[in-house]
Amino acid sequence: MRAFGKRNLRSARPVSLAVALLSATALAACSGSATNSVSADKAPTAKVSSVQEPAGTGSTKRLRILTEAQYLNTIGYVFGPDVRPEPHFPPAQRTDGLLALGSSKAGVTNTSLELYQKAAVTVSNMVVDPAHRNFLIKCKPVDEKKADPACAASFIKEKGRLLYRRPLTADELSKITAEANKAADRLNDFYAGLGVALEALLVSPNAVFVTESSEPDPTHPGRERLDAFSLATRLSLFLWNAAPDDDVLKAAESGEIQTPKGRAKVVATMLASKRLETGVRAFFDDMFGFDDFNSLAKDSVAYPKFTGQMAADAREETLRTVVDQLVVKKGDYRDLFTTHSTFISPAVAQLYGLPARPGWQAYEFPADVPRAGILTQVSFLTVHSHPGRTSPTLRGKALREILLCQRVPPPPPNVDFSAVEDPKSPFKTARGRLTFHQKNPACAGCHKIMDPMGLALENFDGIGRYRTNEKGEEIDASGALDGKQFKNVAELGRVLHDHPSLPQCLVRRAYTYGSGGPGSADDKPTLDYFDAKFAESGYKVPELMRAIALSNAFSLVTPPPAPVTNTAEGEATTTVSK
Amino acid sequence: MFELNRRRVLRGVLNGGAVTVGLPLLNVFLNGNGNALADGKPMPVRFGTWFWGLGMSKSIFVPKTTGANYEITEEMEALRDVKKHFNVLTNLIAYRDGAFFCHYTGWVVARAGASPVLNNQAPGETVDVTIANQIGRSTRFKSLTATATGDVRSVVSYENATTPNPSEASPLNFYTRLFGPDFQDPNAPSFTPSPRVMVRKSALSAVSDQIQELNKKVGAEDKIRLDQYFTGLRHLEQQFDQQLTKPEPLAACHPAKAPKEDAKLGNLAELVQIRHNMMTDLLVMAVACDQTRVFNMAFSNASSNTTKPGYDKPHHTCTHEEPRDENLGYQPNASWYVRRSFESLAYFIGAFAKVKEGDGSLIDNVLIQANTDVSNARVHSLEEMPAFTAGRAGGKVKTGLHIDGKGGQITRMSYTAMKVMGLDINSWGTKSNQASKEISEMLV
Repeated sequence: MRAFGKRNLRSARPVSLAVALLSATALAACSGSATNSVSADKAPTAKVSSVQEPAGTGSTKRLRILTEAQYLNTIGYVFGPDVRPEPHFPPAQRTDGLLALGSSKAGVTNTSLELYQKAAVTVSNMVVDPAHRNFLIKCKPVDEKKADPACAASFIKEKGRLLYRRPLTADELSKITAEANKAADRLNDFYAGLGVALEALLVSPNAVFVTESSEPDPTHPGRERLDAFSLATRLSLFLWNAAPDDDVLKAAESGEIQTPKGRAKVVATMLASKRLETGVRAFFDDMFGFDDFNSLAKDSVAYPKFTGQMAADAREETLRTVVDQLVVKKGDYRDLFTTHSTFISPAVAQLYGLPARPGWQAYEFPADVPRAGILTQVSFLTVHSHPGRTSPTLRGKALREILLCQRVPPPPPNVDFSAVEDPKSPFKTARGRLTFHQKNPACAGCHKIMDPMGLALENFDGIGRYRTNEKGEEIDASGALDGKQFKNVAELGRVLHDHPSLPQCLVRRAYTYGSGGPGSADDKPTLDYFDAKFAESGYKVPELMRAIALSNAFSLVTPPPAPVTNTAEGEATTTVSK
Repeated sequence: MFELNRRRVLRGVLNGGAVTVGLPLLNVFLNGNGNALADGKPMPVRFGTWFWGLGMSKSIFVPKTTGANYEITEEMEALRDVKKHFNVLTNLIAYRDGAFFCHYTGWVVARAGASPVLNNQAPGETVDVTIANQIGRSTRFKSLTATATGDVRSVVSYENATTPNPSEASPLNFYTRLFGPDFQDPNAPSFTPSPRVMVRKSALSAVSDQIQELNKKVGAEDKIRLDQYFTGLRHLEQQFDQQLTKPEPLAACHPAKAPKEDAKLGNLAELVQIRHNMMTDLLVMAVACDQTRVFNMAFSNASSNTTKPGYDKPHHTCTHEEPRDENLGYQPNASWYVRRSFESLAYFIGAFAKVKEGDGSLIDNVLIQANTDVSNARVHSLEEMPAFTAGRAGGKVKTGLHIDGKGGQITRMSYTAMKVMGLDINSWGTKSNQASKEISEMLV
């Protein structure tokens, strides 16, 4: 069974919530779903899969706002890496575990428009400046001081198609070209005029919004599918976190992308592209909540040596590990949590107590060093700590919510936690202090499922440095995760590796991310299918992405689910005593 | 009859190429804008909000007496020097009316008039947006929102339920937005409208038509988002118009130079205060230069993560875990954090009071309301909530008072502000939070 249906939890009261969550956790741990019955080494090698997508799957058409990263990636691919504005678009609100899903709901403020316009000016100025125009603008005007309608139209047609992710209509092309001409004549400068037209293209709703549209699907009578350009863009945002390139658009223009063979070819090409690394990076940066790094800071009294460079490099270390393990080596997703391979820079090397060599180096932790898996990398340990100390509760909660897609209910609003800091407490370690949670029945339910995971990471301080004791007392990192015992953090990594919710959670996040909006309870058969495909592939993430990209769930359209209405009390998640 | 309007004048100006426009022509542009800054006319009244997280310590916060002669209390000590510029309100209630989100419900009720049914989703627009829609349409920015947290994800203002107004978090970026190349110094000796801005505006209208096509493809909820985009485009056009218009001189407007470097990241109270003060200085100057008439400033988030040097619990954790000191009768470290917040509130109020405007100062022509998420953070109580107002709103509001809310709705504060700012409403808010009575003690 798939545990943690959000709606079940919402309807319960806090204490029973905790019980529900615990029992669901236990069930998840011992459930024998389709996912678990196919292990990696038994995955069939034949090309014909035994796993078939159920009938009736589909997802909702959406109106998404291009995220800042999608905008920047697209601009970089269309105009080259030199053209790099710093737009500071407002981030969407994290929804169902992902920022990307918030983009299907986020509104547009006056401030957003102002930022789009400013970014557009920066981009245009660079594109038409003398240093770039010769290779970015393929034609030359007859007279640089005058409008040149033919040259302007050819540039707008070419770049407009990439920015709108479809060819411009004749009307759009003629209107924008007219503006370029008018501006060129008024400013006595062809390039300045073209720049003004490019600004308009860039702030246009067709560039800023991803508006999906559909058409009747001849192979599924009675059903609608995304039209070719909507499908091309959805694929491209999913796999590359950028707009489609010329080739993908050509496949949409010819209709090839709408045939099973053609779509498989497009997806295979996209998966083989270097841009996949950017796409995979973006997905995991989002799923791991690494936007927290943008405002991460540590208490300079507790951690005087921690620097902003360390924070930035810690994020980079994990993303490099992810790309290397999943894309370059095409490894098993679950091995991310046990691997000894990593990448180090001088800044993170300091935290690991390793000699610093310039630049980034691949590095293999020796087997006897307790650094195994990305949970033991500085990134996770640092982000999920307080500024001045560790937090087993925050770490445990993050592990449950981010990696297992479980939902830790908030504490009851009126619990008095002050006993946690009893000045007469004999406890020196976090484990001792947190026994308070276990003694108080109102806290125990939830803290029992968060604290043990976090306590297993207590061998690492608030900035990820290894330690064996706290205030002179040896740290005990043993515990259990959903019924499986572990003695230390390396064993926790292995327990996590074998936890059925680990790949299931990735599947759920990847599917909602790919289809561009929050999922619904109706997605269960779809997710079961992807779970099985993922297992069949040996938990290879590019294969999961392929399965999603080629599924009917991805391209057939279903009506939007009924909006979520009222929720019971206890929804807030901000008050865990940490 | 020939009508001399802005569009006609500019067309004439630009067809003739870039020319320097003298002052006398420009008064015509200001008509219809409600812009009455010159010739001894009353200054516009501006509205702002200020936010701090995690309430106060009742025993050392609530003044013993009400009215003008109350004694500044221990926790409010930092506010002593600006006492004449603000009112402290105590004993107000935010009603839960159903769902309860520990650090969200309280402040959202105060600002949006209704208890939220989802966490991190407001029931509707916040009071600053309602007021900005009334008084903020003629300025370069309809409103400005800044935070001292250093985190752009901080939210204190909602355009609608799912659209928070993004917060400015970096002083350097904020400076560039306000006083960078697009800023028009109202006191500059000459003015040259840029022909590029004119063509830019024209090009924008070519793409705004594209909204119609998109509208045909989307459902009702997404139509609202497209509509927001359209409103944003109109606002951009208005900004272009303003760039083409010689602004009226403003004696109070003296933009500072760009900060040499950005504020340091970090949650230490001292760093938060430095950022707060940098953002405040920029915000106050933006108001003095009439770049906006509505503004929001946040010292912290509701679950404030401000830290104290050498103490391992950030503010929020501290409120839940620190034992009450039996001798003092409150949580000493939690109060330490609250006092840092009030030091910044004092700076904020003082910054408006320092800028001379007309016969008095900027603080005479603003109304600021400050609120928080809870009263007693340890147990998330929404009763006995504190709040402040600052400024005299062009003479409509009294200051220097302690007002006992007597258990009344906290929504009365925003209701009062909206009435003072000229909104024609008879009530505001929903269910138990629906307010229809102003806080009469503070009205002149």
